[in-house]
Amino acid sequence: MSFDPSQFPFMEIAFWVMTVLALGGGIGVVASKNLFHSALFLIVSLFGVSGYYVLLSAGFLAVVQVMVYAGAIAVLILFAIMFSRRPMEKVSQANHQWWLALLMAVLLFAVLVGIVGLVDWPTDGGPEPAAAATTVQQLGVAFLGSYLIPFMVVSILLSVALIGAIMLAREKLEAEEMN
Amino acid sequence: MQVIIDFLVSLNIPYVTEGVARFIVLLVFAGVVAVAAPAGLIILTWLERKIIARIQDRLGPNRAGPFGWLQAFADMIKMFTKEDITPANADRASYNIAPGLAVFSSIMVFAVIPFAPGFAGTYMNVGLLYIIAIGGLGSIAILMAGWSSNNKYSLLGAFRAVAMLLTYEVPMVMALVIVAIATGSMSLVAVTEAQGSMWYVVSMPLVFLIFFLSGVAEVGRSPFDLIEAESEIIAGFHTEYSGIKFGLFMIAEYVHMFALSFFAAVLFFGGWQIPFINVATLPFPIGSILGFLSLIVKVFFFVFVMMWLRGTLPRFRIDQLLDFGWKFLVPLTLVLLIASAFVVRLFSPGSSTGIPVAPGPLSGLGTAGEIIALLITNLVIAVLTMVMVASAARRSRNQALRAVSGVEPMPAGQPGK
Amino acid sequence: MAIPLSYWLIVSAALFSIGMYGALSRKNAIGILMGIELILNAVNINLVAFWRYIAPNDVSGQIFAIIVITVAAAEAAVGLALVIAVVRRRHSAIVEELDLLKQ
Repeated sequence: MSFDPSQFPFMEIAFWVMTVLALGGGIGVVASKNLFHSALFLIVSLFGVSGYYVLLSAGFLAVVQVMVYAGAIAVLILFAIMFSRRPMEKVSQANHQWWLALLMAVLLFAVLVGIVGLVDWPTDGGPEPAAAATTVQQLGVAFLGSYLIPFMVVSILLSVALIGAIMLAREKLEAEEMN
Repeated sequence: MQVIIDFLVSLNIPYVTEGVARFIVLLVFAGVVAVAAPAGLIILTWLERKIIARIQDRLGPNRAGPFGWLQAFADMIKMFTKEDITPANADRASYNIAPGLAVFSSIMVFAVIPFAPGFAGTYMNVGLLYIIAIGGLGSIAILMAGWSSNNKYSLLGAFRAVAMLLTYEVPMVMALVIVAIATGSMSLVAVTEAQGSMWYVVSMPLVFLIFFLSGVAEVGRSPFDLIEAESEIIAGFHTEYSGIKFGLFMIAEYVHMFALSFFAAVLFFGGWQIPFINVATLPFPIGSILGFLSLIVKVFFFVFVMMWLRGTLPRFRIDQLLDFGWKFLVPLTLVLLIASAFVVRLFSPGSSTGIPVAPGPLSGLGTAGEIIALLITNLVIAVLTMVMVASAARRSRNQALRAVSGVEPMPAGQPGK
Repeated sequence: MAIPLSYWLIVSAALFSIGMYGALSRKNAIGILMGIELILNAVNINLVAFWRYIAPNDVSGQIFAIIVITVAAAEAAVGLALVIAVVRRRHSAIVEELDLLKQ
């Protein structure tokens, strides 16, 4: 029996592990009775997606995903959950039309898979991208070059969201309460 | 490490090809780092208790073994044998996972640190971002611990801790971005090699100060240690943890402190570089050992500075902390970022490989010119900031004086009559 | 053997469907927001998979994905601020109870 590391299916095993994380986390988000657990499952799913980006040779995007999604948005969601409920409440989280939603979701998935099956997609790994060291440089040049306008718009969007979120969530001062 | 891999391959053991040899060497390396980081805890706790004791004019532990070396082992045995209490109605899964997640986030950052020329866990080209990303997981561990303890004090402690961590992450990230701009790459290995001519602490002292301050706040050490202010909020988010789970939180905190010292050493003090010696060109064992020793010396210097700060300074209040972070550090770092980017562009030699970049207008002055220009920028911004802060402080002091006593304050600089 | 592109697309479709189920069937407003985050992640996987297999030397695919992440962050921030404000007034984040403008 010979063990040849170049033939060992590392990519396939990694792909299936990340799929379990991403899809299993996703199912945990929508099926969990405890809202806090849903948020934790969301973090697991985000890590799975970040693993996907690594497998797709998008290393910078993987790290940005962990930094922004798991490090900031997930913390935000956890804070909102903690502010808005009493601890340790366990009540079913599904509303009265969950069966219809399930039906629609399954139908949508079937339609999408059907469409995917119709086309002859490339089955090899695709052409190798340029060395990863230049990707960050390319991103920088693109953001300040051909994609300058989206960059500016997204900056303004973030500033507006920042100010808006602060205005919405702050405690009203006594004087405003009186009016 | 390539040297070790080649040596293993040359031994011609059956089934050991290049790939297998690489895997074995990396596994051993990861094992050594993962064990040494918490093992450093033993040295660090002993150091901390002795140093703080001497600063406070007392002796520190000197009973357990000569000079108290075995004190850490005694503490460990005590922690292992304590009863493991879980509070009623606690959320078991999160309660048990939170300490593990905290330790995970502290140890994983050691994967990208270059310990010696050629010895780094992985050569990621986004190493700086990786550090920030993994460090952000610590906040999630704190929230999990605070919420699942089913205790209002824990929850409050967790909120305050995460508010402070998120605040001081911003200046730290921007200081790292300034280092990345000055190096031209986000890889820690590239940052270490770029400091061969001059350490960044010499050319960017203000950035180093901001990074170190924010790092101390991120770790939760004095004077920013309201996370576990023993006299105020019991023990903050880890109130309900006992025994080895509390021990894991302690490990996470000390390993995080260790990791911060490594970053400060690698990013600003040259990592494994030694002044006036080109370590990378020395033959294999001598160069690596010298480089590693120089890194360890710098790391323990920073550990000593952090313990010195703890023994000397009083604690900040949460509102003073948040004010200092948002209203002072963030604008200052933004100004520094713009100024540094400007200076680096002016002096950049340009590149024709990869994406073509034209050389900057002052690139004729070379690296020495860039270092001096960065130093001047840092000093000018520091002086301007101090002048502005001093005048603002004087204005508010005069206002308070007028309001309280009706006395007209004297202009600055005149002695009393 | 490399992973065919269709596997990535199927995984992305699955995550999208799970997210849609979550967005349509949860009672709590924050639960709905989490479903929307799953949908945005599924879209990003799709984008990056196409970038990698069809045009890896043109960086536009990653730029699209970065902008989607940024917009998702902004939307999560504002959405959660709204939820906190509503909870403070109505003491409930269950969307079925929030069906009248004034109570």
